[in-house]
Amino acid sequence: MELWARVDAFSGSVRDRAVLLTRWLTRSNFAVFPGPSDDLAAAAASPLLRHLWEALPNELGWISTVDHKRIGTRYIVTGFVFFVLGGIEALVLRIQLARPENTLLDPATYNELFTMHGTTMIFLFVTPLLSGFGNYFVPLLIGARDMAFPRLNALGYWIYVLSGAFMYSSFLASAVPQGGWFAYVPLTGREFSPEAGMDFWTLGLLFLGLSTTAGAINFIVTIFKLRAPGMALSRMPLFVWNILVTAFAMLFAVPSLTVAAALLELDRTIGTHIFDSTAGGNPLLWQHLFWIFGHPDVYIIFMPAVGLVSTIVPVFSRHTMVGYLWVALASVTTIIFSFGVWVHHMFATGLPPLALSIFSAASMMIAVPAGLQVIAWIVTIFVGRPVWKTPFLFVAGFLVLFLLGGLTGVMVAALPFDWQVTDSYFVVAHFHYVLFGGSVFPIFGAFYYWLPKMTGRLLDERLGQINFALMFVGFNLAFFPMHIAGMLGEPRRTYTYPAGMGLDGLNLLETVGAFLLALGILIFIMNVLYSERHGAVAGDDPWRANTLEWATSSPPPPYNFATIPTVYSRDPLWDRQSERTTIAEPEALRLGRRETLASSVMDARPELLMRVPADSIWPAFVALSIGALFLGALAGSLALAIIGAVTLFLGISGWLWPAERPL
Amino acid sequence: MRVLVRGGLPAEVPRGGTDTLDAGIAPAWWGMLLLIATEATIFALLLSSYVYLGFASGSGWPPAGMKRPELSLPLIGTLLLLGSSVPMVWAEAGVRAGNVGRLRLGLALALVMGGAFLGIQALEYSHKAFTPQTNAYGSLFYIITGFHGLHVFVALVMNAVLQLRAALGHFGATRSLAISVVGLYWHFVGTVWIFILALVYLGPYLIGRAT
Repeated sequence: MELWARVDAFSGSVRDRAVLLTRWLTRSNFAVFPGPSDDLAAAAASPLLRHLWEALPNELGWISTVDHKRIGTRYIVTGFVFFVLGGIEALVLRIQLARPENTLLDPATYNELFTMHGTTMIFLFVTPLLSGFGNYFVPLLIGARDMAFPRLNALGYWIYVLSGAFMYSSFLASAVPQGGWFAYVPLTGREFSPEAGMDFWTLGLLFLGLSTTAGAINFIVTIFKLRAPGMALSRMPLFVWNILVTAFAMLFAVPSLTVAAALLELDRTIGTHIFDSTAGGNPLLWQHLFWIFGHPDVYIIFMPAVGLVSTIVPVFSRHTMVGYLWVALASVTTIIFSFGVWVHHMFATGLPPLALSIFSAASMMIAVPAGLQVIAWIVTIFVGRPVWKTPFLFVAGFLVLFLLGGLTGVMVAALPFDWQVTDSYFVVAHFHYVLFGGSVFPIFGAFYYWLPKMTGRLLDERLGQINFALMFVGFNLAFFPMHIAGMLGEPRRTYTYPAGMGLDGLNLLETVGAFLLALGILIFIMNVLYSERHGAVAGDDPWRANTLEWATSSPPPPYNFATIPTVYSRDPLWDRQSERTTIAEPEALRLGRRETLASSVMDARPELLMRVPADSIWPAFVALSIGALFLGALAGSLALAIIGAVTLFLGISGWLWPAERPL
Repeated sequence: MRVLVRGGLPAEVPRGGTDTLDAGIAPAWWGMLLLIATEATIFALLLSSYVYLGFASGSGWPPAGMKRPELSLPLIGTLLLLGSSVPMVWAEAGVRAGNVGRLRLGLALALVMGGAFLGIQALEYSHKAFTPQTNAYGSLFYIITGFHGLHVFVALVMNAVLQLRAALGHFGATRSLAISVVGLYWHFVGTVWIFILALVYLGPYLIGRAT
């Protein structure tokens, strides 16, 4: 308890500041943290720990594993596959638009491709891939051995991959959704979209929503309960803060998509009239419901990426994050604001001017916390000593692109301007700057930063620089001209345009840029494949970073930490005082138990050694039975739905049945 | 008692397996709380849609020509559903005191009351003069009450599983977490009904209408 009192006493930012000031003055911004397994007892225990935590080395182990690192890796790999698919769709669209009155695609195919491009990138790529980083790194960053609900975590992944396959199977059924990623009624209702494409879309998203919700609950409980002792909320890494606020946004935003999609599907299949203006319904309700989800979703995509930036900036600036508290609070504020701005997607729908003005003001207000974060990053870079490695290049690129996207964001938040450019390529340019520039660039930075931890090998720096240069130049070539094309009046989602309207050159440039961008991504894939075998060995902490994931080996052992660390500051690995303490592993082993430490929500005082469930076949089983339910709904097959419901009940019962005899 | 190799953790950190934890500490309890938060949002959005379409309809809500909902059956149902939380609480307190018999009796009582609520809802449906296909009001009436009914059904299934596990001797004074967690869900399903009753059943009587 004496030591615990010491941890408590070390709360003051005064002390933090003094330490940092000293380091700054002495030009040694970081201290060397003792390597992993420095504790002899723990080292002796680690083969036994490995035995407890490792999945079976066969197919059964592959399908039943609940290791958050394997699940996280699967999310990232699957998300990247969808990124490539959505990218190929985008390239086909760009080839079609490369010259006027092109006939490569007919209008219907064009509609299918832009619908699937948007749906894939938003729902199947960015969100799950960022969840993958969260899955892999949140337990490592907070010094835990797994997520709070490891089996739920596995279920989330299986549902995600099945729902993705579900939506993409629409290509096999030749019934690809055509309604755009926000699927406005009445276009997507039964009358105007009688074919099954929209059913794939609505049911697929309902299916996927289960995964997102399960993930959100898991993240919140993990972050609240499983932080290492001493990691009070005020010492939590900013990436974890951002995953936390994102999870809350998911928790309250996804229901709106669920309600919207379910109501649309009911309208389409059993003939209810929710969106039918001839029978008391209202199509505008769809837009409200969709954007009450859709706008927070923009931040669900963006906030984890902001967390990645706040992770990379201090490490490569060799300086602790400036304005930590402000950055954390800005994330919280942004997420709260994001629930109050959805109508800015509906400025052109004829709502009352007062409502529009309020939402316009709210939308501009959201730039305040965003600007605050940008300033904090720039100041951190300014006072630090930047090291221009590839992860930092992507973050620098992000800062430029996000600034541009943010500026056009404030422009389209202004009503008269929005009325001018709504549904034009200006809007396409704006949201690609904030989503691709704001989210995908940090994701690539995180690839270069964190893949060494995951694979044990560094990515090649030279290829990384080429990768970044091609992506940055290609991105700007592809999307900057869209601002101009939009101002000139080129409407989005139109499969072609006539020659001689000033759009020919711009569109050709955009297509060239898109291919350069794709080439950059191709080089990234080559870099990963090459470095996987021939890359320099990363070691535990190649970047001499500040957070706990670097205090274990690369790749981390199945149990993450042989000893659970104790945390004394925001930068535990730059802090000499952070020594690791340990739980008596040999005893845990004797009991044959997988355990991690649960702690109190606010100040992370240890509460109990929590049992962590073992690998289980039930998550995959439950995901399959839910899949059967949705397939039954899609095919209108009652038999299939009943099979799904019964197996679902059996699966959940098997899952929740206690594994051990009562004490 | 845990043996600590080197400082850091207080020696008295307890060990917990499934079902043995106190509600406020257990991740499962937190998980249920968050599930309830997201489910409550779904209900809030459905009820908002009901209010939105009502305001937009222009001919009253339910629309002109449709009767206001009959109240006697739903009010009996309300008493049963909200009342069923009492044996749930009683059962939970029972198992905490080590009385598994009280747990099983309380669960059974709650199951019967919840089941009766569903029966009354089915009876009410059979008397209705409209279907989900009649108009948007009809659609939302059935969607909201039906979705709630589905939640009651799920709560009943959970209750039955707990009953089975109680019969197999899974619960006792120090093993009651599952009861607390299901109890939380049970009370949530009742609480949501208060809002549905207020907006869908009582609302049309409180707010003037066109006809």
